[in-house]
Amino acid sequence: MKSLGSIRRSFAPWTDPSAKPYISFRNVTKKFGTFVAVDDLSLDIYHREFFALLGASGCGKSTLLRMLAGFEQPTSGEIILDGVNMAGTPPYRRPVNMMFQSYALFPHMTVEKNIAFGLKQDGMPKNEIAERVAQMLKLVKLEKFATRKPHQLSGGQRQRVALARSLAKRPKVLLLDEPLGALDKKLREETQFELMDLQQDLGLTFVIVTHDQEEAMTMADRIAVMSAGKVNQVATPAEIYEAPNSRFVADFIGDVNIFDGLVTSSANGMLDIAVGEGFTIRTPIGNMDVRGAARGFAIRPEKIRVSREVPPDAGINSVKGEMWDIAYLGDMTVYIVKLPNGQTVKASSLNAQRSVENPLGYDEDVWISFDGDAGVLLKD
Amino acid sequence: MNRWTSFNKFSITLGFGFLYLPILLLIVYSFNESKLVTVWGGFSTRWYASLLENQALKDAAWVTARVAFTSATIATVLGTLAALALTRYTKFRGRFLFSGMIFAPLVMPDVITGLSLLLFFVAVNLDRGIVTVILAHITFSMCYVAVVVQSRLLSFDRSIEEAAMDLGATPTRTFLQVTLPVIAPAVVSGWMLAFTLSLDDLVISSFASGPGATTLPMKIYSQVRLGVTPEINAVSTILVTIVTIGVITASIITKRREVQRQRDEQAAFAQG
Repeated sequence: MKSLGSIRRSFAPWTDPSAKPYISFRNVTKKFGTFVAVDDLSLDIYHREFFALLGASGCGKSTLLRMLAGFEQPTSGEIILDGVNMAGTPPYRRPVNMMFQSYALFPHMTVEKNIAFGLKQDGMPKNEIAERVAQMLKLVKLEKFATRKPHQLSGGQRQRVALARSLAKRPKVLLLDEPLGALDKKLREETQFELMDLQQDLGLTFVIVTHDQEEAMTMADRIAVMSAGKVNQVATPAEIYEAPNSRFVADFIGDVNIFDGLVTSSANGMLDIAVGEGFTIRTPIGNMDVRGAARGFAIRPEKIRVSREVPPDAGINSVKGEMWDIAYLGDMTVYIVKLPNGQTVKASSLNAQRSVENPLGYDEDVWISFDGDAGVLLKD
Repeated sequence: MNRWTSFNKFSITLGFGFLYLPILLLIVYSFNESKLVTVWGGFSTRWYASLLENQALKDAAWVTARVAFTSATIATVLGTLAALALTRYTKFRGRFLFSGMIFAPLVMPDVITGLSLLLFFVAVNLDRGIVTVILAHITFSMCYVAVVVQSRLLSFDRSIEEAAMDLGATPTRTFLQVTLPVIAPAVVSGWMLAFTLSLDDLVISSFASGPGATTLPMKIYSQVRLGVTPEINAVSTILVTIVTIGVITASIITKRREVQRQRDEQAAFAQG
């Protein structure tokens, strides 16, 4: 079977109908006054999954996380965690721990005391606490900073303390609220991989909230793309990127070109969409019965070729345009081509060679072309 | 801008002279040998010595100390609770009215506060004495505490309380182990403010006081009416000294902590 994108590891309980979800949101609605933050949302998360809630601010992702942690109660619907309905369970009795966006370290306690806080609440014996704290400090490589206070640490170190503190109690689920937002780019990338390794090693379920799609794509097994309190799509990063189920998801994740046109014919499993004068898209029909309707076709920039030569079948999955803009980014070059109907198309190509003979220039007439199955038909 | 023009010098002299000349005069004359307050008769500490034998003044000082300590402590507890309620539970009806009402006593004339308290004590048939003075002082000083603590709570990061609960601390433990230690500096300055206010209150104490509960300011005032003695100067000088030491100590501690904090932060960022 042809698979979308690369597979990170063979872990896909969501494809197994007999697998029991570890966390279930069932028709959860949360209203603040008249504002509906989460709207009749249902979602399953599996044991040992690294799950990302992705969306712009105000989409309800943080509210969902806070309901799981117990800081907010759903207006209706229920949340099941490991077979137990969480309704009415206060945050301090839930087997989940959260890493806060602001880190929320206790400013009056040393690093050690911060990490030990949760263990003390459980009444763990002192020697066991010391042992666990030492183990946690080692895990986040902060052994030398045990007796410092939070304000004596750099941003990256604080982030590690927050992580160690939330992992110290070995929760069933670790919730991460924009955990890397305050770090600079390089540190963020390093930490992403460390978090993934950690999650694998500890065998925990991670639920992360982020607005950074790259972060979600890098770390998560599955992503739920959210907007306006609803889930738009739940799928693996590759599926979300290569087969978005809606215009919103296609547009939200990565760069995309969307061609709108009218379906003119379908034959032999192929669909023709007339986009404009001399430009028809011919794509596999898939499981969509869409004859006679207006449809969008979404295609990523890296799947579009740009050249001076007229491609075969000119006009089918190809169109002539004018080179409008060229951005050289080092690893790749991005071309913006303006079509006769005024639409601009973004195409990118990898700079596999160090130098190119007679490169494409501004204001040149060029052809863009792509394969019919390189894009995806949109339902809306 | 940063120049000592003669105008600047004049302004500074005038301003500080206005503020401190009377106090300076009071201190100088407390070391006066002469019994006459306005005539300098040479340096002496005899009025400080005679102060030690003045039982009435010593009693008044003891009353003041007890009143200030007790009322400041109770006012701090009540004021802190009020501040917590007003900053935390923001969604009840009439919240605006309540938060306005907690500030009102700040601008209420002392005479009105004193009179209303007196009428209240009479109405509930409470014998006036040290208890009524303490109650009166709590009444006017708790709103100062509430204001100080409230301003700290407004910049308080609530997520650390959520973090504590998330880690298994019940609301009570969260308050005792996280909230209170973090707002402690504001609570302490609230207490100090309440203590100072109680220490020098004259008007409200006069209304609320009864036999055997004469505070130091009341005593000083009543003695002055019979004529100012250098003894009064001496006791006032002691009060000024205590307050000055308190203020200087507090500001040094604050300053040191700030400097230390900045140094720590710089060190932390330098090592990445």
